[in-house]
Amino acid sequence: MDAIILQILNGLDKGSAYALIALGLTLIFGTLGVVNFAHGALFMIGAFCAVTLSKLLTLSHTVIDETRTDFLGNPLKVEVPYVYDVFGQTTGDAIIDWAVPLSIFFAIPVMILIGVIMERGLIKHFYKRPHADQILVTFGLAIVLQEIIKYYYGANPIPTPAPEAFVGSFDFGALIGFEAGQIIYPYWRLVYFAFAAIIIGAVFAFLQFTTFGMVVRAGMADRETVGLLGINIDKRFTIMFGLAAAVAGLAGVMYTPINSPNYHMGMDFLVLSFVVVVVGGMGSLPGAVLAGFLLGILESFASMREVIDIIPGINQVVIYLVAIIILLTRPRGLMGRKGVMED
Amino acid sequence: MFGLDKKDASLLLIVAVLVAFAPFLLNPFPEGSAMAQFNAGYPDLMQRFVIFGIFAIGFNILFGLTGYLSFGHAAFLGVGSYAAVWMFKLLSMNVLPAIILAVITAGIFALIIGYVSLRRSGIYFSILTLAFAQMSFALAYSVLTPITGGETGLQLALDDPRIFGSSTTAEGNIPVPGFFGLEMRDSTELVLGNWVFTFNVGYYFAAIIMLAAFYLSIRIFRSPFGMMLRAIKSNQQRLNYTGLNPRPYTLAAFVISGMYAGLAGGLMASMDPLAGAERMFWTASGEVVLMTILGGVGTLIGPVLGAGLIKYMENIISKINADILHTWFAFLPDGLEDLVVTMIYPFIGKGWHLTLGIVFMLVVIFLPGGLVQGGQKLAGLFGRKKASQPKNATTEPAE
Amino acid sequence: MSKGNLTRRGVLKTGAVAGAGLVLPTYLRAQESGFTNAPTGSTVTLGFNVPQSGPYADEGADQLRAYELAVEHLNGEGDGGMMNTFSSKALQGNGILGKKVEYVTGDTQTKSDAARASAKSMIEKDGAIMITGGSSSGVAVAVQALCQEAGVIFMAGLTHSNDTTGKDKRANGFRHFFNSYMSGAALAPVLAANYGTDRKAYHLTADYNWGYTTEEAVRTSTEAMGWETVGTVLTPLTQTDFSSYITPVLQSDADVLVLNHYGGNMVNSLTNAVQFGLRDRVVNGKNFEIVVPLYSRLMAKGAGANVKGIFGSTNWHWSLQDDGSKAFVQSFGTKYGFPPSQAAHTVYCQMMLYADAVERAGSFAPCAVAEALEGFEFDGLGNGPTLYRAEDHQCFKDVLVVRGKENPTSEFDLLEVVEVTPVDQVTYAPDHPQFAGGALGTCNNGA
Repeated sequence: MDAIILQILNGLDKGSAYALIALGLTLIFGTLGVVNFAHGALFMIGAFCAVTLSKLLTLSHTVIDETRTDFLGNPLKVEVPYVYDVFGQTTGDAIIDWAVPLSIFFAIPVMILIGVIMERGLIKHFYKRPHADQILVTFGLAIVLQEIIKYYYGANPIPTPAPEAFVGSFDFGALIGFEAGQIIYPYWRLVYFAFAAIIIGAVFAFLQFTTFGMVVRAGMADRETVGLLGINIDKRFTIMFGLAAAVAGLAGVMYTPINSPNYHMGMDFLVLSFVVVVVGGMGSLPGAVLAGFLLGILESFASMREVIDIIPGINQVVIYLVAIIILLTRPRGLMGRKGVMED
Repeated sequence: MFGLDKKDASLLLIVAVLVAFAPFLLNPFPEGSAMAQFNAGYPDLMQRFVIFGIFAIGFNILFGLTGYLSFGHAAFLGVGSYAAVWMFKLLSMNVLPAIILAVITAGIFALIIGYVSLRRSGIYFSILTLAFAQMSFALAYSVLTPITGGETGLQLALDDPRIFGSSTTAEGNIPVPGFFGLEMRDSTELVLGNWVFTFNVGYYFAAIIMLAAFYLSIRIFRSPFGMMLRAIKSNQQRLNYTGLNPRPYTLAAFVISGMYAGLAGGLMASMDPLAGAERMFWTASGEVVLMTILGGVGTLIGPVLGAGLIKYMENIISKINADILHTWFAFLPDGLEDLVVTMIYPFIGKGWHLTLGIVFMLVVIFLPGGLVQGGQKLAGLFGRKKASQPKNATTEPAE
Repeated sequence: MSKGNLTRRGVLKTGAVAGAGLVLPTYLRAQESGFTNAPTGSTVTLGFNVPQSGPYADEGADQLRAYELAVEHLNGEGDGGMMNTFSSKALQGNGILGKKVEYVTGDTQTKSDAARASAKSMIEKDGAIMITGGSSSGVAVAVQALCQEAGVIFMAGLTHSNDTTGKDKRANGFRHFFNSYMSGAALAPVLAANYGTDRKAYHLTADYNWGYTTEEAVRTSTEAMGWETVGTVLTPLTQTDFSSYITPVLQSDADVLVLNHYGGNMVNSLTNAVQFGLRDRVVNGKNFEIVVPLYSRLMAKGAGANVKGIFGSTNWHWSLQDDGSKAFVQSFGTKYGFPPSQAAHTVYCQMMLYADAVERAGSFAPCAVAEALEGFEFDGLGNGPTLYRAEDHQCFKDVLVVRGKENPTSEFDLLEVVEVTPVDQVTYAPDHPQFAGGALGTCNNGA
């Protein structure tokens, strides 16, 4: 039982990342009708916002320490972060320690800006073009973005740990009546799940309860009519693109302590998040979220030894197998609308 | 000629001539010159050009004509290569049975996957094919290692049975694939002054098959069957209303293009007897999509051009390193030389992916119809005389 | 054929006219000398086939740096590096056999297909006489087979799977790097000494060839020490989040976790394992421990503070204090400003060994070079006295057992050498079951 609860937690955690990326993809697809292959790259750039901020915070000047030597026998150059000079060592360390959460504030404007530039500069010109062209141009953009990151940050993963306060595990089992220590779960992963829930909730609330959201929803349903009503839908769609980019970026920022970010992490998630979107049903936001969590949980269950022993290799293929079964039994995914992307 | 109208016949003829003289055309720069870096006329790359050409031609029959975007076509290429290598291991090193089995196996796979996937259309179809291909990759890389060789790929070994051939050569090596005694890797070199041209058996073997495949694709494009496929692309619903069931037609197109992929896979294994699972990874499937779009969807020659461009960049641009750049720009003053090298360096060698991405974007932004459209534009610029240039003459959009 | 255009045709026409008098078909250059790509001029071309794109690009970049350094040293530039400490003194610093060393580079993309394509291009187009490099066993095995077929020597780069010199060995291929078996044999005694002989191990293994051989090697060696293996689970290569593989470890009664992962897999699985508090666990009254059989400094860097105190094995480390290592670190560090990785070290050694073998053989012919390398004993390349065994073309040398350092003094100072396992302890018979199957075959000089 405890094993199953743990796997559900794992699934929710993985699902959070899938759902956040899929949510952004669906927002862009639903509003703009664009298949954005660069969405994984936005997730990756978000993660590198965190890397950049922690690099900025640890920006250092060198002090030569004559008492110690480096690997070549020369006097050791000690790097002293500027933050130390400004805030002193203790506060400085605390700031550096909190780099990842601080990156949220750094990433939001950066990601919105990138999103808006992308939409105005490139995507805008592809609304009327076939999906194949959209795929090619956004795929090209994804390659360019990841190669730029690789050029500056290298191909190796870069460790970006969570703040000291979030290291360690929370006794989740004790909370729901298990013995102490039976179901423990890392703090940061719980934070990630909670964060994802808040973001998803916020996006839904925004679309549901604001005038802006209403117009966007109307635009998703029938773009032409909304345009005929004299509403400037384009401007709103640009903002939506920025928002979707920010969602992907924040998903990336918060993901960095879970796994060290590298330049190809976007591509690793791209295919999966497309599967999630399609399984959820093209253009359906709740579908994307539901499918994200569902596939995350199934993937976790499939990686249990008891399951692999019965069906070898199931952990390799479970997501695709489930996707095939769902698409064959529910023609438009879990919650897709008729006629969207069916031709 | 061959049941083709004049335009198609001349297109086929031009392609045939280009293919026949490729060893010259691809080696325009003399050996040892700075530009020799850009020569592509060596056997391996020429073979790749035609083999990926076949792959892309086949893909275009499905995507260009019916509009069904398969994201899992590389699986058929992979299955074809595995089948071919197994034939080399079990039967003999003759490429003929290997290629035939590769085509048949890929056809059977395509029939099964197509039958299931074609129950859906649009992006749902794409994801179904992607899912099948990813499953094939994942299993081939791991659980199926005894059949596929897994990470290291399926290779020949000295102790393979090869019942109709010898397990080892007289010198104690693994025999190489051949066509009734003609070894695929045999080459003849022609030295003309500073130029060296290589004529490779494997290349010409693959090239002849490519021409046959190209001819077949023209016939399909021009046949009533091709017409039916186009009808499916333009309006499937209307087709349904006329009482026709489009499924058998799309399935046929899917299987044919899967067999083309299997043929390409079999040929790849014949040129280089190893089959790796990476051949089936989604990026490999993506690559053939990109080749087709880059060249021009639905055109006859476009996919071949796209395949050529991508393979050229992968093999040529990736090999230019900083050292070579420095020799090129050695004539410049020192500071300027370094500056120029620093500016170019991110785009070549290990940065070839960046260049590839930029090319994708530029082509699709400025040439929505792919390279073929670029050819047309050029033709428009230079008037009628150049309209007979190869690229332009080949332009034949599907719609 | 797709790129024939007007200008090139024009060039071609003029070329053809100019050369019309010389239309004499000459066959492969190789056939005149009896082996593929025999160097004719005053230079010899070597092919460096390393990952330049993909997840191992940084390792590839470090290998390229070492190659460039080796080429400098062979050509008599720079400070000579390990050429001065190498026990064989055949190399003169005037290139190889008096021919200046030139090189071409290619990108393996860490895919066997792409690696073979770029190796073929170097052989067919650039006339490379030797191919070297690579950062994964899949690539090494694939390129090794290609070189055997083409008749050039292959000096493997970083490849750790038993298969490279086991069931997939080839007469034209040589490996300096150590292998899974050696990792297991070197690690087991150290693990027993530190963690006791009564341990229950749980293996997470990358689901491909290298993972299988490493798991087998570590399992066999540790079980021989009295450990019990309570579970092994295969993880997909494409896995990024290992949480669902780690939590079952928490549920089991295992007190050691062995991560048979490399590269990004290892960075992520180790990070996740530490995240789930495995290091703080106490099971069966013992502290829970994690072991990473194959360490690399670049990977350790990616995993950050998570590597602290974790045992593993490595081929070489820059902090070694023998003359060879010191000379190499000095030379590499002066040129690039940071210490070399084990990937850089192994390819530098391979270059020296190849060049030296050619000098001693007095010929570039692959069979002559192979003969010179087979059974060659040498010292001064950083790993102590070493033997290139004739039976399987594997180097036998001391193996380093390392541990993640608790208090690193710099971003390179991540591992500390715990023990140098003597070569005898890691030597095995050529027909050892973990290396069974396959045959070297005979060396191939090519066309």
